[in-house]
Amino acid sequence: MTGNNSTTRPKGAEFSRRDFLRSGAAVATATLAPGVTLIAFGGSQAQARADAGKRWGLLIDAGRCDPDCSACVTACSDENGWKDTGHPETDAQWIRKVTLKNKFTGHVSSAPVMCQHCEEPPCVDVCPTGASFKRVDGIVLVDKHTCIGCRYCMMACPFSARSFIHEPVNNQKTHAPRGQGTVESCTLCVHRVDNGGTPACVEACAATGNEAIIFGDLNDPTSDIAKRLAEYPTSSLRPDLALNPGVRYSNL
Amino acid sequence: MIRLVLLIALMFGAATALSAQERSSLWPEIPAATGAPHPEGNEYWRRNHMNLMRHDRDQTMRDGNREVEASLKGCFDCHAAADGEGTIVTYESDKHFCRSCHDFVAVKVDCFMCHRSTPEGVDETADEGADHAAILSPRQTLADIGDLVAYLKHSNRTLVVEAGQ
Ligand code: HEC
Ligand code: HEC
Ligand code: HEC
Repeated sequence: MTGNNSTTRPKGAEFSRRDFLRSGAAVATATLAPGVTLIAFGGSQAQARADAGKRWGLLIDAGRCDPDCSACVTACSDENGWKDTGHPETDAQWIRKVTLKNKFTGHVSSAPVMCQHCEEPPCVDVCPTGASFKRVDGIVLVDKHTCIGCRYCMMACPFSARSFIHEPVNNQKTHAPRGQGTVESCTLCVHRVDNGGTPACVEACAATGNEAIIFGDLNDPTSDIAKRLAEYPTSSLRPDLALNPGVRYSNL
Repeated sequence: MIRLVLLIALMFGAATALSAQERSSLWPEIPAATGAPHPEGNEYWRRNHMNLMRHDRDQTMRDGNREVEASLKGCFDCHAAADGEGTIVTYESDKHFCRSCHDFVAVKVDCFMCHRSTPEGVDETADEGADHAAILSPRQTLADIGDLVAYLKHSNRTLVVEAGQ
């Protein structure tokens, strides 16, 4: 290529698939190095993708949740790298344990609260840049590349599920980039879900033997979660808002 | 801008004009990579890596496609650069792969405010002055305020903030 060419770059906001094909990049699957597989465009479509037919959700059984246990919170923090920076008022918290006491009967129950992955997410409605969005499979995320840190979504969220990162961050997890000046919240461990896994909190809760959180596809009538929802009475937080959250509670 | 374009043009032009041994001393020192080279070639990647990554970033974030080619976390599987002592460097160091050219062409990216700039497993906290991760570098801010104070003192002005203005 000549020097002159270096000033021509693909026009338009995005580098389209067609540009890619034209560029001659349409190679098939190739193994580059041990453990590194490269699948370029034009060839095989990746199997792991957000599927519009699915609606991922959680069912939290407060009756099985131990008030003294916070395994889900620890697991989330370990998995996604958010932690105590010595500023308790402003530190990020993707999931927290909430204890409820019935004033009349004195009955105490406890359950974790995280992003409720609403079908009608108020955080998405208010976002001025489109950074706050819902994937086709129901997972509500922040695209931090377009987040300007305005925090309208934090105001709009009835569950206070979102955090703003105040401090500079380094040594992040590879799969969970996070940095100063942007908003974040529970991603339902989207990096695991896309690879066929379950969220870290669900795994940790199961490991304690409590099995208070189950994960699955609400749209699939044969899934464990859908069967239980059909069989037992459950509720969502703030049902008055009609947000239809993907996170459901029983025995609250 | 024209000068930058010329510089880049020179830089890319030089790639074909000269063989590696004949390269001008102005050529940035790009740390050696491991693994298989890009099938599209170095020249293509030099020019298009930003577009490829932006495209694949949206594929991953929006569509959940995790088998993309231009994965930023993937870059460091092959492009981890080390300093003289063999320690893998973070973006804080001018020896870092992404800075080798960027410093040269005066490009600054914010990717490593959020993304790791090393392969998983490297302890990035060892890098005390991770200024690149901060929106405002604490050192710089203090220096800026110092300059402003000095200027105000020097010009013997007082900052007046009137109500209603
Ligand atoms: C404000 C934080 C932030 C900044 C700054 C940022 N990213 Fe990201 N990036 C993320 C998050 C969060 C994800 C989602 C990770 C996931 O779901 O696995 C991501 C994902 C990606 C992905 C897909 C995942 C991968 O690595 O394969 C690419 C590619 C990417 N970013 C490129 C970039 C580039 C290039 C820049 C700099 C120009 C950048 N990002 C700056 C937060 C950020
Ligand atoms: C499987 C290993 C591998 C991965 C992953 C990889 N590269 Fe490379 N890359 C190479 C090799 C090998 C070369 C050739 C180096 C040389 O010629 O000295 C190269 C060359 C390059 C060059 C041209 C450098 C030059 O000397 O002109 C750029 C730019 C580049 N890569 C960017 C990237 C970016 C950005 C990513 C991540 C999106 C990436 N690479 C991921 C192996 C890799
Ligand atoms: C071989 C040299 C080279 C290497 C290595 C390199 N870059 Fe670049 N990069 C450039 C040049 C040159 C430009 C500016 C092109 C222009 O002026 O349009 C650039 C521009 C960019 C931009 C667009 C910046 C903007 O403001 O428009 C991004 C994003 C980027 N590089 C990311 C990366 C990342 C991430 C890495 C490391 C994984 C990397 N680059 C490594 C040469 C390189």
